[in-house]
Amino acid sequence: MNKAIQLNDRFGAATTGKLGMWLFLVMDALTFGTILIGGIGLRNAADVWPTAGLILNVPLTAFNTFLLICSSFTMVMALNGVQKGDRKSFIKYLALTIGGGVIFLGVQVYEYTHFILGSNELGVVLSQSGFSGTQFLPFTGMYGAVFYTTTSFHALHVLTGVIYLSVILTQAVKGQYGSDNYDRVEVAGLFWHFVDLIWILVFTLIYLL
Amino acid sequence: MHSESFWRKDIFSTDHKTIGKQFLFFGIFFLLFGGFQAMLLRWQLAYPGQPVPWWLMGFLYEGTGGIIDPDGFNRLFTMHGTIMIFWAITPILIGAFGNFLIPLQIGARDMAFPTLNMISFWTFFLSGVVLLLSHFLPAGSASGGWTSYPPLSLPGGGIPGLGQAFWTLSVTLMGAATMMGAINYIITVIRLRAPGMTYWRMPLSVWGLWLTSILNAIFVPVIAAGLIMLLLDQLLGTQFFVAGRLAAGGGGDPLLFQHVFWIFGHPEVYILILPVWGIVSDLLAIYSRKPAFGYKVTSICMSTIVVLSSIVWGHHMYTTGMSPLLGKAFMFLTLLISIPSSIFFFNWLGTLWRGSLHFDPPMLYTMSVIWVFGLGGLTGLYNATVTSDIYLHDTMFVVGHFHYTLAASVLFGGFAAIAHWFPRMFGRMLNPLMSKIHFWGTFITLNLVFFNMMVVGYAGQHRRIYNPSEYEFLQPLADMNVFITYAALVLGLFQILYLFNFVWSLVKGKVAETNPWRATTLEWTMDYPIPHGNFGEIPQVYHGPHEYSNPNTDQDWAPQTVEIKSS
Ligand SMILES: [Cu+2]
Repeated sequence: MNKAIQLNDRFGAATTGKLGMWLFLVMDALTFGTILIGGIGLRNAADVWPTAGLILNVPLTAFNTFLLICSSFTMVMALNGVQKGDRKSFIKYLALTIGGGVIFLGVQVYEYTHFILGSNELGVVLSQSGFSGTQFLPFTGMYGAVFYTTTSFHALHVLTGVIYLSVILTQAVKGQYGSDNYDRVEVAGLFWHFVDLIWILVFTLIYLL
Repeated sequence: MHSESFWRKDIFSTDHKTIGKQFLFFGIFFLLFGGFQAMLLRWQLAYPGQPVPWWLMGFLYEGTGGIIDPDGFNRLFTMHGTIMIFWAITPILIGAFGNFLIPLQIGARDMAFPTLNMISFWTFFLSGVVLLLSHFLPAGSASGGWTSYPPLSLPGGGIPGLGQAFWTLSVTLMGAATMMGAINYIITVIRLRAPGMTYWRMPLSVWGLWLTSILNAIFVPVIAAGLIMLLLDQLLGTQFFVAGRLAAGGGGDPLLFQHVFWIFGHPEVYILILPVWGIVSDLLAIYSRKPAFGYKVTSICMSTIVVLSSIVWGHHMYTTGMSPLLGKAFMFLTLLISIPSSIFFFNWLGTLWRGSLHFDPPMLYTMSVIWVFGLGGLTGLYNATVTSDIYLHDTMFVVGHFHYTLAASVLFGGFAAIAHWFPRMFGRMLNPLMSKIHFWGTFITLNLVFFNMMVVGYAGQHRRIYNPSEYEFLQPLADMNVFITYAALVLGLFQILYLFNFVWSLVKGKVAETNPWRATTLEWTMDYPIPHGNFGEIPQVYHGPHEYSNPNTDQDWAPQTVEIKSS
């Protein structure tokens, strides 16, 4: 339908879909930015803020971070595969990427369950940090609020990415993509890399600092 | 062109023209809804505590003995503001005309992402349904004002039930729909302009709508984050925006919400009015049969305002205990906006100067924008100046001021746009006689209402007061409040005439010729009905949008598709 596409504009050969995704990512970054900057401001104003690594499981999440970076790498490989017309490696790496996302979410669900169910050990750590009770919940001080809001908003993005890439995978299995038709794969990849990038910020700000 | 089923063609359509019309009907419905709420508000202010008469649907208040109780009054002004801003003005100006005009005026077959466009409308629809449903909650709808400041809007702030949560949810959904629209509008303008349609040849309407979309793309994501945090506070018990006695563990900062709200909220007023500025600039040229005075300067000024509007939000917060130095900085930046505004304002006058003015209904509406926007802009200076704002803050003066800029300017801009493009949208002319009666009736009563609001505000009447007669210093204003109310009721009556005119013209209006206003832009080049895909062949554009009375053409206008050969 869109015969009027002008390729002589200053955005060169970037497809319309890619431009749209870039714009969306800028907007999404603004939402994330507001949540993160708001979190920093609230942290500075809060009376109680536990030392890093006391409540949150940093080694486990460091593994998760590594996993997400790997899935970004496999996404690059998947795109590389489809661009070369290597359908097998395209599908393999795409599936690995989705797998990485699913495991990431699994680890996060495990972490959440651990916090929400609570335990005596957790209670000890919480009281060291100045909180009461044996559960770490969204309303356990500003710390809990910032932690749950930031990480769950990011997890929502990972979930979206997993669903998005699964749709691409289904289409790929049906043979929709090839070396002359991979724009959608590239666009989906942009989203996935963005989610990965944001996680590195979240991990640094919430877990490490 | 294959034939499409009713569902694909008229309901879940991906055609930007159909989606534009859907937004228009949606917006008009909510305009009437929010307008009716304004009448009830005025009734209470004129006759505090007296039963609502039958002709204002008094039966709605049977539960409270026929009168509007204080909580009901709070719910009314909350929903009136929310609905008018987000569900009436936004869909009419941005949703309807953004959709209808952008592809047609730049020579595109549709939006860049037609499916996303459809999803945007239906998300908007859903948000409206959530908002309407909130009126039927057992404890009633939201009542914390359209700003929904915490801690008032949080549990423990005194508002019972789920009304505030429904409010937050519906505004968030509305924001999601707006963001989808913004992506579409921005990319469409960047990508789908016809050959020869450079940025400097786009109609100013497209400039306005495009700049609006850019502001939407930058600032709606910010308020979305704030709304998500507000919703979590309301439903999950986090305490982002709670401080002091209400805060259980640690506590957050209510002022943070105000910052986030106004970082979005100030650009929002430009989001609403930029399309009108563009449309007015174009229509003045068409009905004066003259090129728009200072076309480039106007678009540069509008762009400058877009930039400035993002760094002035603090002028809504002078009374929050802001440091005087910061207050001064915000005041300076805000007053700076009056420079680009004045420049394009004078450009409008320049377009009119020695033009051959045609007082068709669209022109009447357009010219009234100059008056109401001028007055609204000038009274804004008193709100932008710290010293006078500390006195005027939260009074009816502010209400009068922003009704001049938002309600009056945007409404007249919308009326102008509807009257002008009605023949393109529906193939018929809006009845000119009824339009003119509606124009004069609305123009006179609207000024009586909003001007006198500023007067009672200057005399000290608080903007959200339930019963002015309880205060001795406001008692002398009683007659004036009654007068405003009757003016508002007459204003409301004229809108019923408008609705009648709209429906009547839709069915029985004079069948329009292809280009009844002899306009130069691309949307007037094809016969009605415009097919899905708009153009048979994508047109070649040769010149800017305002070639009127050019001595090198044989008629007094040259369509953008016709080359002008200088003799
Ligand atoms: Cu403002």
